[in-house]
Amino acid sequence: MNKPSAVLSVERPLTVEKAKAEERIDTSPESVRLIFSFIACSAFWLVFGTLVGEYLGLKFVWPELDTISWLSFGRLRPVHTNVVFWGFLSQGMLALALYVVPRTSQRELFSYRLGWSSLGLMNLSVVLGVIALMAGINNGAQEYREFIWPIFALFALGLILVAYNLYKTIADRNVKEIYISNWYILAACLWTIILVLVAYLPGYQQDGISQTVIQGYYMHQGVGQWFTPMVLGLTYYFLPKLLNRPIYSYSLGVLAFWTQMVFYTMIGSHHFVFSPIPWWIQTVAIVFSVGMIVPVTAGTGNFLLTMRGKWRSIARSYSLPFILVGVIFYAIVSYQGTLEAFRSLNKVWHFTNFTIAHSHMSLYGFVAFLIWGGVYGLIPRMTGNEPPQFAVGAHFWLALIGVLVYSIPLMVGGTLQGLSWIAGESFIESVTLMQPYWVWRAVGGTMMFISHLIFAYNVWKMRPGNRIETAESTNS
Amino acid sequence: MKLNFHKNHKLLFGVVFWGFVFLSLIIAVFPALWVQQENEPLPASEPITELERKGMKVFINEGCVYCHTQQVRPIAMDENWGRPSAPGDYARINRPSVWRQTPAVLGSARTGPDLTSIGKRQPSAVWHYMHLYNPRSVVKESIMPSYPWLFKIVENPSKDATVVSMPGEYGPSNGKIIATEKAEALVAYLQSLKQVSMDAEASAAQKAKADSIAAQAAKKKIDGATIYANNCASCHQSDGQGVEGVFPPMAGDPVVTAEDPTDHIRIVLYGLQGVPIEGTEYQGIMQPFGEMMSDEEVAAVINHERTSWGNDAPTVTAEDVAKVRNNDELNKIQAEE
Ligand code: HEC
Ligand code: HEC
Ligand code: HEM
Repeated sequence: MNKPSAVLSVERPLTVEKAKAEERIDTSPESVRLIFSFIACSAFWLVFGTLVGEYLGLKFVWPELDTISWLSFGRLRPVHTNVVFWGFLSQGMLALALYVVPRTSQRELFSYRLGWSSLGLMNLSVVLGVIALMAGINNGAQEYREFIWPIFALFALGLILVAYNLYKTIADRNVKEIYISNWYILAACLWTIILVLVAYLPGYQQDGISQTVIQGYYMHQGVGQWFTPMVLGLTYYFLPKLLNRPIYSYSLGVLAFWTQMVFYTMIGSHHFVFSPIPWWIQTVAIVFSVGMIVPVTAGTGNFLLTMRGKWRSIARSYSLPFILVGVIFYAIVSYQGTLEAFRSLNKVWHFTNFTIAHSHMSLYGFVAFLIWGGVYGLIPRMTGNEPPQFAVGAHFWLALIGVLVYSIPLMVGGTLQGLSWIAGESFIESVTLMQPYWVWRAVGGTMMFISHLIFAYNVWKMRPGNRIETAESTNS
Repeated sequence: MKLNFHKNHKLLFGVVFWGFVFLSLIIAVFPALWVQQENEPLPASEPITELERKGMKVFINEGCVYCHTQQVRPIAMDENWGRPSAPGDYARINRPSVWRQTPAVLGSARTGPDLTSIGKRQPSAVWHYMHLYNPRSVVKESIMPSYPWLFKIVENPSKDATVVSMPGEYGPSNGKIIATEKAEALVAYLQSLKQVSMDAEASAAQKAKADSIAAQAAKKKIDGATIYANNCASCHQSDGQGVEGVFPPMAGDPVVTAEDPTDHIRIVLYGLQGVPIEGTEYQGIMQPFGEMMSDEEVAAVINHERTSWGNDAPTVTAEDVAKVRNNDELNKIQAEE
């Protein structure tokens, strides 16, 4: 295949002609290398983690796929979740943050060496964690903190270094105001550091249910105070930038920020509605789950109003459609989450496959799409290398249709599962009735997985290379 | 310096950091500490033995918790699994070592059944070994993984080895399957999972909830086929054919097809073990169901057996069951057996 030129647009009859990344941005080669390395690692973990996810999905249809202990469902499931959390999503978000924070502070990153150390520590942690989990060594099967502490400490250290690096960058900024993106991004890092400490420190979480109280807090905050604010912060930068128009309302962003911090923190235990943890904690969680309507509406409203009337530029861009999808999923999953917290609906959906649909719509439809939007928006501008447009389109549509084919059947099946239990049918009914929905999950999962291979290919195509020099020499 | 979040990074991130620390303390750390201090095992519960603890470790390491809950909610639909779980039920579970945290047995998905009371529902070790070696050998529709690495295939098992015999296609072509220490520990753990009764006053609130559940449950219609699927099919199979040499078939069984239902009722109420049926000795044991089921339920499941898979025997009523239950003499004979 021809390498598409960064300057000329090549005829591509199969797709709508998309706009090229119009301007090259001058970033130091050092930062290009660091940011691209984060993205490359992230893409690798995406492919690896979802290969595992795909395999897990197939096991629901063919439980006898293998009988090897290292590949059994109970060991691979945490491999899947931890790899997509700490490998794919976290490193993808940090790649973009390492661009956005210096950019909006109008200076270079405080320390590239610290940046590389973070990358190394985080990847070391994920590699060791995967091996340990497959060998059957986990941290009490506490969801998303399955890595035992000596392994997760490496990740935490990486995170502390990033936070310090970003803080120093912001502190020495060359502008007066701290742009709203930086509020979200650095806050996400700080919150997650606290979260990880609370999750792993001993003393108040030794026996029985005390552990569950912390787990409820951690499990939800992991999503809510790490992924959510991080990608929102990135979107507050990329959306206006790519649309070439300011964010609709800066103060709505500020309102969403503070309400996010207070409300989200209080709702963790909604994962344990009806459980034996103290009833008042559950009630607080439910009340604040309703309160979440405020930051969510403020956030999505703000983004959609920024996009208003610009639909044509969105269609012409190949990064903005990802962001549009991400914003829409943010709204859907958040309202869905509020519904799930009500005791009446929780009864039907809790413990069923509905939860699996919800978690994929949020982490995939919302978080992953926003990351992809940022990657496609940023990297070609940094390296001067465009990915093939057809391949970006294929990534977009396979991922979008894939996640819908994955989650809609699971929502239907999950609801039927819950109703079957309420009707008092024999348990095995709820297993056999899921079969067709699990087949759909495997089909959707396959589409998603193929799209990830394409994404990895696109990342390869966008890699910094001799193009930088050529582009520079033609520019000067 | 100005008190302006937009310009003063120390102020902004100070509030962000300490604000979150404060919220975390009130919503997570203090409640956990408080729960930890209140942590008190139920008086009727027994300490976890060394073997059971090992089994719990296998349970956690193999990730059984991703498909199985151990958490009964105070709502009607969970009443099948036992009484609502209380904090005391988990009080004896603690941190196994400095490397790992307290096992998360509550679980978050019910891809498989809740295991809170599996020790009562399925006390048979033989069944558990077969099920772990290959779940489909006892539950055809199961999607649970097989755990062959918890077993070993040997030519000549030693005398004290736990030999597991699998029906036909599910076993190895040659050699015998024996359970490893891990499998033995895991099964001991599963057998130990039984709810114990709650301390009367501590559980007043729970009991009120349980009562309202019982009231709701009473309204639920009793269906023999469902009771059979939930309680009997794991051994006698949904097609009533049993598992060769381990669990007898119900189709055409002499007790099930007998004119006089007394033996049938007695076996369901009090269980059966070590009694050859038509010359075959079955390795499995059958647990008593008398305490778990009402007379109506026992009658319904018996009638299901008596009228399914080609069986055509006279049916029974709840009164017949009550008569057998109340007949002290029969009870005593059973106790002596
Ligand atoms: C992929 C999900 C999955 C995993 C992992 C899993 N199970 Fe299961 N389990 C099931 C399903 C589905 C059933 C119901 C069908 C059956 O009885 O096999 C079941 C049934 C059971 C039962 C019988 C429950 C009853 O009420 O009859 C026991 C006991 C059990 N599992 C124990 C375990 C143990 C121990 C492990 C870990 C070593 C484990 N399971 C791992 C899905 C799973
Ligand atoms: C743990 C496995 C298991 C479960 C569950 C189980 N059984 Fe059995 N059942 C057995 C075994 C094993 C025997 C044979 C015992 C023997 O012969 O010593 C048996 C025997 C019987 C017999 C007597 C057959 C005869 O000819 O003596 C009847 C009737 C019966 N079961 C009915 C039921 C019913 C009804 C249920 C559900 C409420 C049930 N069983 C649940 C294992 C089980
Ligand atoms: C090829 C695409 C994917 C497939 C086929 C897939 C499949 C699966 C499967 C089979 C499970 C276990 C479900 C169960 O226990 O019943 C799972 C869980 C999970 N996956 Fe994925 N997955 C994919 C992509 C992703 C991605 C990209 C993310 C994150 C961005 C993700 C996040 C999660 C999470 C958080 C869980 C745990 C859900 C919960 O406990 O509620 N998955 N996935």
